[in-house]
Amino acid sequence: MIGSKFKKKQGNTTPGINTSSLPDIIFILLFFFMVATVLRETSLKVKNSLPQATEIEKLQDKSLVKYIYIGPPQDMYVKQYGTDDRIQLNDAIASIGEIGLFIESERAALRPDKRSYMKISLKVDKSSKLGIVTDVKQELRKADALLITYASMKREEVY
Amino acid sequence: MAKGKHRPDNEINAGSMADIAFLLLIFFLTVTKIDTEKGIKVKLPPWSEEEPPDVDVTDRNAFVVLVNSRDELLVEGERTDITQLKIKAKRFIANFGKDPNLSTSPQAAVISFKGNRGTSYDMYIQVYNELRAAYNELRNELAEEKFGKPVSEFTEADSLKFEYVKEFYPYRISEAEPTNF
Repeated sequence: MIGSKFKKKQGNTTPGINTSSLPDIIFILLFFFMVATVLRETSLKVKNSLPQATEIEKLQDKSLVKYIYIGPPQDMYVKQYGTDDRIQLNDAIASIGEIGLFIESERAALRPDKRSYMKISLKVDKSSKLGIVTDVKQELRKADALLITYASMKREEVY
Repeated sequence: MAKGKHRPDNEINAGSMADIAFLLLIFFLTVTKIDTEKGIKVKLPPWSEEEPPDVDVTDRNAFVVLVNSRDELLVEGERTDITQLKIKAKRFIANFGKDPNLSTSPQAAVISFKGNRGTSYDMYIQVYNELRAAYNELRNELAEEKFGKPVSEFTEADSLKFEYVKEFYPYRISEAEPTNF
């Protein structure tokens, strides 16, 4: 009896699973991620954990959105920049006075008919103080960049 | 060649294709940060050299919200919990002249929000969010009543309705320069 059992198995040649469509499936996934990916252009030098809010809206045209990061420097930059809140424009830590120039150059890089729609996204760390945020807002007002958003995460529960 | 003679392997071996694709896939998986860019939209007032006039605290159309450097909230002279802020703000805006201490009309009502330089940004956003929420809820209630659907369900064709709701409850949150202590 036992012998016959083994014999049966040997005779039954199971064909391998056809994997020829596997690359196609993987490629579809790949394309999805390629399209969805936004490669980070800037490396953050300041901490950036955003506050949570309920009344948030999506930013529409990303090419018109420019970012200003505010927060305490990340641990590896503490020696260089201290622990006070700092402003980051593009890749570098900047001072308040440089914001006007930054806005001007970003605006000049846009198409003339789109310039008035430029939006500034303030990505401010939760732990920052209001003082520096207000200073930045005053600079933005001086530079006539009035459309801003306070970048926030979605909060589900409502008070 | 004889027709009947089968060559054992006549296809390109596509087995490694999956591996290559996997490698690429893993690369993009790790690099991807599907960032949904979201935030509270605000329009700043244009720059002017002169100081904005001080809000008259006794004015019934002014709703004064103060936050100090210890993140404590003072609404119309009363210490208030943040959970109560939205309800108070809604009552103030949609008073329509009934209560003599609250606003005469939503168009005349101004919320004056003043922080401190030492206030945490998190607290600032929470307060601002509640004030916005008060306006948005009132707008939704009006839209439901007049047009039978909330503002979020308005389409392109409803732009006139949206204008109406916006005009009825305009965002009037004025921010004073934070005090420096």
